[in-house]
Amino acid sequence: MLEVKNLNAGIEGKKILKGINLKVNAGEVHAIMGPNGSGKSTLSSVIAGKEEYEVSKGDIFFEGESIVEMDAEDRAHKGVFLSFQYPVEIPGVSVTNFIRTAINETRKAKGLEDMPASEMLKLIREKSELLEIDRKFLSRSLNEGFSGGEKKRNEIFQMAMLEPKLAILDETDSGLDIDALRIVANGVNKLRTADNAVLVITHYQRLLEYIVPDFVHVMVDGKIVKSGGKELAYELEEKGYDWVKAEMTA
Amino acid sequence: MNLKDKLLSSYLAFQENLDVDNGLHDIRDKAFKHFEENGFPTKKEEEWKYTSLNSIVKNDFSLFPHKEDTIEFNDVKKYFLHDIDTYKIVFIDGIYSSYLSETTHDGVDICLLSSALTKSKYKPVIDVYYNKIARENSLTSLNTAFASEGAYIYIPKSKAPSKPIQIIHLATGNEASLMLQPRNLIVVEENSEVQIIERHQSLTDNPVFTNSVTEIYAGKRSIVDYYKIQNDKQNASLIDNTHIDQQDDSETSVHTFSFGGKLTRNNLNFYQNGERINSILKGVTIIEDKQHVDHNTLVHHKQPNCESHQDYKGIFDASSTGVFNGKVVVDRIAQKINAYQSNNNILVSDKASINSKPQLEIFADDVRCSHGCTIGQLDESALFYMRTRGIAKKEARALLMYAFANNVLESVKIPQLKARINKLIANKIGVQIGFDV
Repeated sequence: MLEVKNLNAGIEGKKILKGINLKVNAGEVHAIMGPNGSGKSTLSSVIAGKEEYEVSKGDIFFEGESIVEMDAEDRAHKGVFLSFQYPVEIPGVSVTNFIRTAINETRKAKGLEDMPASEMLKLIREKSELLEIDRKFLSRSLNEGFSGGEKKRNEIFQMAMLEPKLAILDETDSGLDIDALRIVANGVNKLRTADNAVLVITHYQRLLEYIVPDFVHVMVDGKIVKSGGKELAYELEEKGYDWVKAEMTA
Repeated sequence: MNLKDKLLSSYLAFQENLDVDNGLHDIRDKAFKHFEENGFPTKKEEEWKYTSLNSIVKNDFSLFPHKEDTIEFNDVKKYFLHDIDTYKIVFIDGIYSSYLSETTHDGVDICLLSSALTKSKYKPVIDVYYNKIARENSLTSLNTAFASEGAYIYIPKSKAPSKPIQIIHLATGNEASLMLQPRNLIVVEENSEVQIIERHQSLTDNPVFTNSVTEIYAGKRSIVDYYKIQNDKQNASLIDNTHIDQQDDSETSVHTFSFGGKLTRNNLNFYQNGERINSILKGVTIIEDKQHVDHNTLVHHKQPNCESHQDYKGIFDASSTGVFNGKVVVDRIAQKINAYQSNNNILVSDKASINSKPQLEIFADDVRCSHGCTIGQLDESALFYMRTRGIAKKEARALLMYAFANNVLESVKIPQLKARINKLIANKIGVQIGFDV
């Protein structure tokens, strides 16, 4: 589904990603772990299409098609979704109006009519229950005054509504207490099918107890230095990132 | 002949047509003299530095339209808030249209200024209130000299009309170009409430120049909400001079929605003549082409323990220009004042411009005054966020602009009006909105 080939990218002349290779197949969950500043969030932004980053070398393929030159909205229409580490507050646009616009824009791109309001309402109800979201919450301005947990839950709610093929969860566990973490992880797990994939970006192993990865990759200084199964996450938790760094220099 | 000369030479003829015994002669003559001496303001005056009336005053406007024109309600329905019941005071080319209006004398007076100025039963109110707070400037004086018609609203103690009041001015375009000078007097006595919507609407592209004056007296513990809809045709210009006197514990809000017209100048003056007063000034400006909107506000805090809140937002496209000049004066005795002012603008085009100028004159020492002004483009991180959800760049920009402007609507108390303005904003910006669970 996703294939990242020798990706080199940076911002304002500063190199951050230094040759990333990654292959994610449908039905799989991949985790990218790494210390702060290793380039994990940059990788997720570059896959999602943030224009500030410059790709100097390499390519990104999504379902066999290069998306590296594509606009962010076109990538979204193809099924790429990024759950933000810091979701942006948009005062004046309600959660509902926002998601409705997003869904209809995606449908428009596919040549479909707007989703009928009744169907939209049904879908909203269903997905908000899945994430234990209060309906009052849906008429509030997007992310404005939301707690950290509410923001993350709202991200996964949007994911549930948009049903992407590839969901990139960028530090979704940061700022979550254990209950919120459980709800969010539970939501993600329920949305998993054999046709979609999840890429979890995280600093800690905690979230991976709930969203169990098939593959774990360790990223240090813009490179994936080690890959393995889920047991790698436990090993990292136990030994710390210095262990990987030490292994690299050895 | 330029407009000033025309006005000067028309004044005598105008006066002769009026009831000579009327006590207003002196007021008119004095105001006329003031205008004669000062003329139209020019850019040399500090308060008019960024707004020029040159292109307007060179027009040969008709000052006294001849006949009342009949208009079918259905043809102008869209300019009314028509999905709720309201009182209506409607003028066609400055002349009262009884056919389109719905007035009342049932406990409150919602009627015509021409009646109030000439009938003796209104004299006690006119004597106390008429032309008492209108700040002396040449445009208000010009209006005072010529004004003979407008809305008269008198709400006695502890009353509230059962429904909002709409004051609508329609210009038919029968005159090649027309100058209108409506005058409104609104007196709301203690413990009373009123909601008013005012709109000036030209029905053709013929030039119209309106120089309007409104005096509002808000008595003790009264609540007055005033909404101005300025969404006029491309050759219509409006100078709105509104003067508001507030007494103890009163709350008055003025919302100004400026979405169209050639030149719009809002001179909005609040005088807080009591304690524990709240004054609310809100504005949304969304303009394009070569349109020009100038908000010139004054809040004069004359007594302690009061508040004022100003929130003006503007979106300027193409070669449009905006001005915000917000003045807050706090007198020495006016301690414990909270005065907030914010003016935020988005320039959509490289050719659009805004001049924003806060002015604070504070003579008391125990006050909280804040002012903030921003002029910028749209938030890039918000745009990216929206695009990752599949919302194309153009729509994302529109939605952000909609959100930016729409925020001001929270304080609109008439739900149908709020929905209407919401829609106007959405149409103006080009977003589809109107869906909530």
